[in-house]
Amino acid sequence: MATVRLSFSPAPVHVRTARLVGVAVARRAGVDEALLDEVRLAIGEACTRAVALHRQYGLTELVTVEMSDSGSYTVRVIDHAPIEASIGLTKLPPDELAAESLTEDDLTTGVGFALLAGFVDDLQVRPVEDGPGTEVRMVWPVTRR
Amino acid sequence: MELSLATRTVAGHTVLEVGGEVDVYTAPRLRERLIELVDAGARDVVVDLERVEFLDSTGLGVLVGALKRLRTAQGTFGLVCAKEPLLKIFRITALDQVFPIFPTVEAATERDGTGPAS
Repeated sequence: MATVRLSFSPAPVHVRTARLVGVAVARRAGVDEALLDEVRLAIGEACTRAVALHRQYGLTELVTVEMSDSGSYTVRVIDHAPIEASIGLTKLPPDELAAESLTEDDLTTGVGFALLAGFVDDLQVRPVEDGPGTEVRMVWPVTRR
Repeated sequence: MELSLATRTVAGHTVLEVGGEVDVYTAPRLRERLIELVDAGARDVVVDLERVEFLDSTGLGVLVGALKRLRTAQGTFGLVCAKEPLLKIFRITALDQVFPIFPTVEAATERDGTGPAS
């Protein structure tokens, strides 16, 4: 079992770093090469969401990404925003996507969740156990050891 | 790879070639460029995504914003994309039903090719 933990200040520039590390660990863990684009996108979306929430609430605390390859490849992205901020996560129907009333931020949130749900078969969004915050937990199969 | 942006004119259309990674960090630059183009009078805009290596929800939000801006300005907006990983992103988000998507710049810039920005 190997675990890699990465914490970064909630700035957009660091999301790319999290993607790069997440894919590197996935590759080493033995996640199928064909899945790595999806792993990259999903980790990016989860981190983008966490950064957006921290900025929305003026939080300077670090966002944490924890990667574990025990049996499967599990990635947990942990934010510290109030839990009610997660309630807005919903997939938007096509006819609402280009509606004038929808703000770009709301569209991005809805689309981001659609991508997470579409690319990650094993996805859980749940409150963190200690203090405010949400954990986005994503699991991918490992095919090569 | 860093975001790259280059503009050219093809058959009366303004074609914005985008390369590299479009994400939460770089998408604001794409948004600014698209706003500049519309403010400068561009009305038939095509965004060529062929050299894009990564596109996330923030980038998609910027593209929808441009579509709406051109719709308001009575213009047209189309995308060029033939890469399957990117096309899958448009399908999963249902944005393939929102954007006119063409396999080549030539197809996107044919007269009446893009149709009204709907």
